[in-house]
Amino acid sequence: MSILGLSILSLARFQFAMTTVFHFFFVPFSIGLGFVVAIMETNYVIQKKDIYKKMTQFWGKIFLLSFAVGVVTGIIQEFQFGMNWSQYSRFMGDIFGAPLAIEALAAFFLESTFIGLWMFTWDRFKPVWHCLFIWLTSIGSMLSAVWILAANSFMQDPVGYALKTVNGNTKAVMVSFADVVKNPQLWLELPHVLFGAFLTAAFVIAGSSAWRILKGKNIEFWRKSIKISLIVGLVAAIGVTAVGDQQTQYIIKNQPMKFAATEGLYKTTGDHASWAIVEGMDNKDHKVTWSIEIPYVLSMLSYHKPSGAVTGANPLNKQLHKQYDKKFGKNMNYFVPMHTLFYSFRIMAISAGVFALLAILGLYWNRKKSDQIVRYRWFLYILGLSLWLPFIANTAGWFVTELGRYPWVVYGLLTIADAVSPHVTVGSLLFSNIIYFLLFAGMGAVMIVLSHRVLVAGPDADLQSGYGVNDEDKQDTDESVDPYAKGAFNHE
Amino acid sequence: MSSLQFVWFLLIGLLFAIFFFLEGFDFGVGMSVNTLANNESERNALVRSIGPHWDGNEVYLITAGGAMFASFGAWYASLFSGFYVMFLLVLVALIMRGVSFEFRNEMRTDFWRRFWEWSLTISSLAAPFLLGMIFTDMVKGMPIDAQGDVIGHFTDYVNWFSIVGGVAVALLCYLHGLNFVRLKTEGTLRERARARGKVLYPVLFAGEVVFAILVYVYTDFFTKKPISTLLILAAIVLLSVLAYVATLKDWEVTSFISGGLTLPAVVMLLFVGLFPRVMVANNAANSILIKNASSSAYTLNLMTWIALCILPFVLAYQIWSYWVFYKRIKAN
Repeated sequence: MSILGLSILSLARFQFAMTTVFHFFFVPFSIGLGFVVAIMETNYVIQKKDIYKKMTQFWGKIFLLSFAVGVVTGIIQEFQFGMNWSQYSRFMGDIFGAPLAIEALAAFFLESTFIGLWMFTWDRFKPVWHCLFIWLTSIGSMLSAVWILAANSFMQDPVGYALKTVNGNTKAVMVSFADVVKNPQLWLELPHVLFGAFLTAAFVIAGSSAWRILKGKNIEFWRKSIKISLIVGLVAAIGVTAVGDQQTQYIIKNQPMKFAATEGLYKTTGDHASWAIVEGMDNKDHKVTWSIEIPYVLSMLSYHKPSGAVTGANPLNKQLHKQYDKKFGKNMNYFVPMHTLFYSFRIMAISAGVFALLAILGLYWNRKKSDQIVRYRWFLYILGLSLWLPFIANTAGWFVTELGRYPWVVYGLLTIADAVSPHVTVGSLLFSNIIYFLLFAGMGAVMIVLSHRVLVAGPDADLQSGYGVNDEDKQDTDESVDPYAKGAFNHE
Repeated sequence: MSSLQFVWFLLIGLLFAIFFFLEGFDFGVGMSVNTLANNESERNALVRSIGPHWDGNEVYLITAGGAMFASFGAWYASLFSGFYVMFLLVLVALIMRGVSFEFRNEMRTDFWRRFWEWSLTISSLAAPFLLGMIFTDMVKGMPIDAQGDVIGHFTDYVNWFSIVGGVAVALLCYLHGLNFVRLKTEGTLRERARARGKVLYPVLFAGEVVFAILVYVYTDFFTKKPISTLLILAAIVLLSVLAYVATLKDWEVTSFISGGLTLPAVVMLLFVGLFPRVMVANNAANSILIKNASSSAYTLNLMTWIALCILPFVLAYQIWSYWVFYKRIKAN
């Protein structure tokens, strides 16, 4: 059954892409921002300077907004597996459900409880204890990354399982939890995602601060924000590149098709493989039509030496048919979306380079004794624009990871087509796609407007009350009843 | 059925029970924002009363869902795909609710502040109503095929039983929220919440009678487990009568606890009725059973240990967080 030529499968895939991409705008932002805000508050505790308290509260306000959207869009993800991918849930419940439940138990409770404590107790606890709350929130959000990525890593690279057939249905059962947790894929994905999260927060803070410096107020506040965020950003840019390199080595062996696609290779290269900066592809005839290449670089990237051939998608396709035809039939298509992967990979990798460069320049020009950063307005504009780049890079990274697994939902075990809920109708999927789209558009717009408003109001606004931008309201409302007021507890 | 499978069936029931007890009053307070408070300052006090807690309370739903996925993948798959549109609407409600708290605080104009307050009120009503419908439909029985997929029509989802079930759960949450307001606020809000409870408890009693009759008509509870069904129904009624008496006598803690416990009691009624199934099919042969729907013994065993290790800490810091915010909030 289909409406407008749409099938359950294509709608469910679109929905997964849309909801995860939107969710993952806010997740790395929140993880990173929680971490940077925790660093800021730690600075306050150690140095006792008021400016750090202001920084904590100011960026903390944006953190709370992003956290809220991250939480609510996360619930969709948990329900979605059952709603749209019931066959997947039946096949994988044993293995996928466990980390998901642990995520809720170990991470969600921690972050949700302590963010509540952090938000409402500025004047009730000593700074050290209050600072502990934001660290526990931050640790909670990072723990949640551990467990959801453990689940994702299994889908990329199944380990510690056995296949069992019950009543004619095959399902995967866990044999070793230790193997699932030790999955090398996880310990590459996790630092990659965390560094990406730190980069996201770092460049949103640095970029927003750059825009505010251009307006010329509170220069010291914005410059200090840039300093802290770009230190985090530089470390993260180096970290993400190093981990990315390790991941390359891993993927060549474990998901060669994904790697061939990120490098746009249909044919196996010669012994000295050159790296294509851009290229044109013919996806029908499975060949590269034109390309601009740098010699030796692909061998260097792949094997850390100038020689070494990289297998192309065409021979890999044959190999995969040989390997899986018995189980999955001859009609499978093992070619991943080559174009998307090729360019997504480049966007992601080049972004990392841009971040490293901006961080070095920014930190240098932002030295205490220098006012270059304030004078180099062109640089502030570039830094300001760069605040959008992490979101693009994060999305591109997940495109490589997730689309590169095609046609599998669980690599080598379950195809995407076999995973979808068989009896959900096209109509209800279309309806839910439209609803989610409208919700996301609305929430995205509100988020941008509110964050912008907080930025414009700046650190001089009343940050503790939560009505920071709304001084008129403060006058006709008793401070003590304001849900986000610090003073509420003093009025007994 | 192994003892591990039984433990996990219980544990999921327990997680839903805790969820409804805790998030129940959040829902109720959310509904009260536009039905109990008369001015901005009172609305602030209400939001404030659940501000630090609602998110942590909602995690019980996520944990229940995750635990269901981990321990009974087949149940999770059938339930969520089978009640597709209803879960979609639950999600919409939870999303609107979750962002309302933050967004309302950042609004500059009255119009937009009221917009998010209404969004909070409506979504706080919709979520328990829809969850009530889903749970009543689940025990009523659905058309389920041999693969475990629900293939239902409109009336399988929306019928007298599920509507009354939804209204009952929403009303219980509302009353639970009013009792919470009595505990947590001072002045007019506290008095008004009590006055509202005095009016609404008699309505609830009528609802409970209708619900009990519909349980008899729509489910096999009375034929399969007459004694436990009657006992739990009696407990639900007794708890609400106690809450009503406590409202009249102005015993705030008693009305909060006994009124709140009606929600776990309803969850208990449904889970006892479900047992030993997890999904009831119209054609009894297709009902999904605990013994067939569960994960492997390895996973269940693992999850038991993990839950035993982590849950005590979770409960400890959550209780501590309630203790930190024990003071009453005053609206002027």
